[in-house]
Amino acid sequence: MSTASDPEQAGFRLSMLFNDTRYRSLTFQAIAAILLALSIWYLGNNLIQNLREAGLNISFGFFGEPAGYDINQRLIEYDSQSSHGRAAVVGILNTLLVAFLACVTATVFGVIAGVLRLSNNWLVSKLMAFYVEIFRNIPVLIWIIIIFTIMTAVLPSPRAFRGDDPASSMFLDAVAFTNRGVYIPGPSFNAPLFEAAAMNWLLVLAVLVASFFGSKAIGSWASRVQEETGDRPKTLLMTLGVWIVPVAILLFIMGLTWNFPELKGFNFSGGIKIGGPLIALWFALSIYTGAFIAENVRAGIQAISKGQTEAAGALGLRPGRIMNLVILPQALRVIIPPLISQYLNITKNSSLAIAVGYADITATLGGITLNQTGRAIECVLLLMLFYLTISLLISAFMNVYNNSIKLKER
Amino acid sequence: MKKSVFFGALAGAALAGGVASAATLDDVKARGKLNCGVTTGLVGFAAPDANGNWEGFDVSVCRAVAAAVLGDPSAVEFVPTTGKTRFTALASGEIDMLARNTTWTFSRDVDLKFEFVGVNYYDGQGFMVPKELGVTSAKDLDGATVCIQTGTTTELNLADFFRSNNISYEPVPIETNAEAQQQYLAGACDVYTTDASGLAATRATFEAPGDHVVLPEIVSKEPLGPLVRHGDNEWGDIVRWTLNALITAEELGVTSANVADMGAAAGNNPEVNRLLGTEGSLGEMLGLDADWAKKAIMAVGNYGEIFETNIGENTPIGLARGLNASYRDGGLIYSPPFR
Amino acid sequence: MPTDTSVAFVRTAEIPPSPPPPSETGLVKWIRENLFSSWGNSILTLVSLYAIYVILSATVPWIVNGIWTTSSLAECREILQGQVGACFSVLTERWNQLLYGFKYPVEEYWRPNLAFLLLFVAAAPVLFFDLPRKLLAFTALYPFIAYWLIWGGSIMIPIVALLGFVAGYFVFDRFGKQSFATGFFGAIVAAFVVWWIGGFIIPETEDTFLPAVPSRDLGGFMLNMMLGVTCVSLSLPLGIVLALGRQSKMPLIKGICVIFIEFIRGVPLITLLFVASVMLSYFFPPESTVDLFLRVVIMITMFSAAYIAEVIRGGLAALPKGQYEAADSLGLDYPQAMRLIILPQALKISIPGIVNVAVGLFKDTTLVSVISMFDLVGMIRGPILASTEWNGVYWELLGFAAFLFFIVCYGISQYSQWLERRLATDHR
Repeated sequence: MSTASDPEQAGFRLSMLFNDTRYRSLTFQAIAAILLALSIWYLGNNLIQNLREAGLNISFGFFGEPAGYDINQRLIEYDSQSSHGRAAVVGILNTLLVAFLACVTATVFGVIAGVLRLSNNWLVSKLMAFYVEIFRNIPVLIWIIIIFTIMTAVLPSPRAFRGDDPASSMFLDAVAFTNRGVYIPGPSFNAPLFEAAAMNWLLVLAVLVASFFGSKAIGSWASRVQEETGDRPKTLLMTLGVWIVPVAILLFIMGLTWNFPELKGFNFSGGIKIGGPLIALWFALSIYTGAFIAENVRAGIQAISKGQTEAAGALGLRPGRIMNLVILPQALRVIIPPLISQYLNITKNSSLAIAVGYADITATLGGITLNQTGRAIECVLLLMLFYLTISLLISAFMNVYNNSIKLKER
Repeated sequence: MKKSVFFGALAGAALAGGVASAATLDDVKARGKLNCGVTTGLVGFAAPDANGNWEGFDVSVCRAVAAAVLGDPSAVEFVPTTGKTRFTALASGEIDMLARNTTWTFSRDVDLKFEFVGVNYYDGQGFMVPKELGVTSAKDLDGATVCIQTGTTTELNLADFFRSNNISYEPVPIETNAEAQQQYLAGACDVYTTDASGLAATRATFEAPGDHVVLPEIVSKEPLGPLVRHGDNEWGDIVRWTLNALITAEELGVTSANVADMGAAAGNNPEVNRLLGTEGSLGEMLGLDADWAKKAIMAVGNYGEIFETNIGENTPIGLARGLNASYRDGGLIYSPPFR
Repeated sequence: MPTDTSVAFVRTAEIPPSPPPPSETGLVKWIRENLFSSWGNSILTLVSLYAIYVILSATVPWIVNGIWTTSSLAECREILQGQVGACFSVLTERWNQLLYGFKYPVEEYWRPNLAFLLLFVAAAPVLFFDLPRKLLAFTALYPFIAYWLIWGGSIMIPIVALLGFVAGYFVFDRFGKQSFATGFFGAIVAAFVVWWIGGFIIPETEDTFLPAVPSRDLGGFMLNMMLGVTCVSLSLPLGIVLALGRQSKMPLIKGICVIFIEFIRGVPLITLLFVASVMLSYFFPPESTVDLFLRVVIMITMFSAAYIAEVIRGGLAALPKGQYEAADSLGLDYPQAMRLIILPQALKISIPGIVNVAVGLFKDTTLVSVISMFDLVGMIRGPILASTEWNGVYWELLGFAAFLFFIVCYGISQYSQWLERRLATDHR
């Protein structure tokens, strides 16, 4: 029954609330609002009553209290006298660290596997199909546990490096693979320009950023020359120089040296340690998500019709340029949105760190802090808030990106 | 949405049917089952055997309470809890009591509003190291990697110990005992630390227990005991005095073997008579049958028996009584009088 | 025979066609084209062969030497005498625990088994459109049958629940023709009335025919299966509602749906499980407790509903605008248009996506092991590895878990691919 042709009715009847399109949506929304308010009231009331009965209250005061526990993997200064709040920040940074590392390597794995799966080498494409299927169809929790177990069971413990005739020895005398983690040589400065180590590294980073803009400038200068004269000047050496020389000078001034890890007491000391749990989680997340990304990459490449390649070929482009100028820009449009949601998945799956003892936010705030303070509601709420913020940020970025690459049709 | 949730709630009502009113005793009686929170598996204290029956030291306390209240030691629903879920489970009424080697601390008692009814095991945090490391004292552990089972007071004690001795360490927090064991055995950590009883239980499952030593230092006080919610004192009394009954029974020489005879008629020892309900009305005061303690002792034995069958020196765990001997033998296990 | 001495030569007979050179036929050609077509390819092939060799040489002897009949790891080690070999006896000895958890009564194993078999019967008409539509009646009945089989107890509970749905259906059938809203709300009211009345006739006493099994006793792979099946099927209707709500023109309803979906999708499942295990009980009425299984089902259902809603929204968005306009021009109102025109098409395109969500969800059910539920992974990490006999048997157990999940998930994804080909209606 089309309401548009209904004649205007003078009176208002109650049934119009349901049957008249002018009012119906208001009615439904009112009902929804009432239901929503009722359920919020119901849940809130239950919560208050339960808390009152248990004699508890909601308070975030514990955040300022000393946490009392130690964390082995930390990016900022932290010890057992630091507050629970700082422990949570350590956890947040660890989550971001493993998520970032895993995103990078998962992309590498995924792109390689996705491209190889389309390879005309039968064996390789079958092997990659096997990789994709086996990793996609087994829960990531099982993979994390398996890889962590492999790490601890297969790699030698630092004890094996001890003695005159050790069972294991360091790779090139510089890198030690142990089941507690990998020890690599770490750089340090003899004549630092700043007191804080972080500031020195920021300085190095700043120089690198400057080099980046420098090389961009060289590139655009070369393009300008090419436009004017038709010859593109050779810029490779110049670019390399801009990249290397300033950093090298800076590092030389600050007296860069390498600390090699060596066995002291129970553990290796010196150099940089990449902890076993971090490696296990990082690797497990990358290889698991890599399988999904491989499928996305394959789908993206296959989505570009063969006619595109042929048309580009007909225009006289070389295969490399066909890939760069024709296929990839179009394929990326298909690949990137699912890729970003895979990044989101990595961030969320990193919460499984709890299974390997990696101190991410779930293990600090949602684990030990929760256990020690018993503040379950507060901790879980904050935990969810953190993940929600991260994923909303990523989604917002994705929306902006999607809008910018959207095909403008019609 | 409404529909499915309602159907869920309907099913839930049928599945749980639990109604936790203020009087826990009435609930337990109405339900015919005691919901007892235990650990997810620590051999000797609470672990399911191959047939799925729970057994262990903490489990016996649950069974004793069930026997005292319901007359049936098997009328217990064991709810496995983790370090994270145990307090919520108790606070929300999902379980009636928690017997999960939980340390009695100030903040748990006062801030989290729980009532510890007593101590059934005096423990302390210790360290286990492989013998080949040649470590003889925990103070030699500078720079060591330490495996900790999370969710306990262990992390805090460990941090305090190393801090006060001014030595460094690297913690590796692990969720379950089994995984911590694996890490330790593979050499991913030098030291495994948890309660000394837990160390003994863990060491007992090793292929070569002799290759590992428990260091002499005990770095913390860990009085472990059952706990209930604040605010239901009647129920708290029942659990407290059931535990005390088991302890008193050992002091008085009442065992599972002779309790039937001793409880059949009033004997010469008035305290035994009061305990076993042949004299006085202690059971009535608790709101239970007169022979409540008799049933509890008959079901699981006295404290000494529980200790010996589950974690004593003749079991694979092989714990000596030590602090947990009766006060008469120089231990700390002591019960207020039944009077 | 005279010999022809002349140099001139005229061939009189045709030469039989000679076979192609060996390098251009059969296996050799295939190998050349597929494995060694270029330098790069040859290197890739060799690397792959080496990788396969490494993997096989590590696993094959391990599996072949496997021992199936001992009762502890120590015995396995004794028999193997230091040789490489698996100790599969843990699987045979703990088989029941791995599949059913350690609490489900042994004599009742036939019940989940039967429910599992019936699952295929119930799922068949949904999965394969060619089967007679009448079979769907069994699918509708299946949840109640399965509930009764697995949990046991009074048969009245599933019957009352079923009657509520039937009553709701009849009311909807009666009034829904005049006004969808009246029918819909009437149906809900009718169902609630039936359930409320039914609450009085459900006997308190235990039914001895199928003894009740508390949901805490469920475990092992059965728990994963049950969580997966229950949550996916419950989240489908919820997901459709959420997707429609998100497309709705009513700002309040749209807002609620958007917030719900984005919130759920923004947090990891494990935090939702924490909510179920440590927070949710504070939100239920103080005098009642809801058991952990149900709390977990609620949270996982909400989780998968949000993802399914997004898949269906994609399906809705993919429909050409003309379909909506055509429905309007036919004079259909919103419920009719959705039911008759939009949803059948939108759901059809969303099926592969929904199946993907279902596979992901099924894999995610292993996370319940983190909150002390003894699913397959929980059984392995908890009771089995902690036991004195099997302390240290990691590979066999984890491999078994991986194998089971692989079988199920691979099966489902193969089905999904088949379905995608089947549903492809575009003519490329």
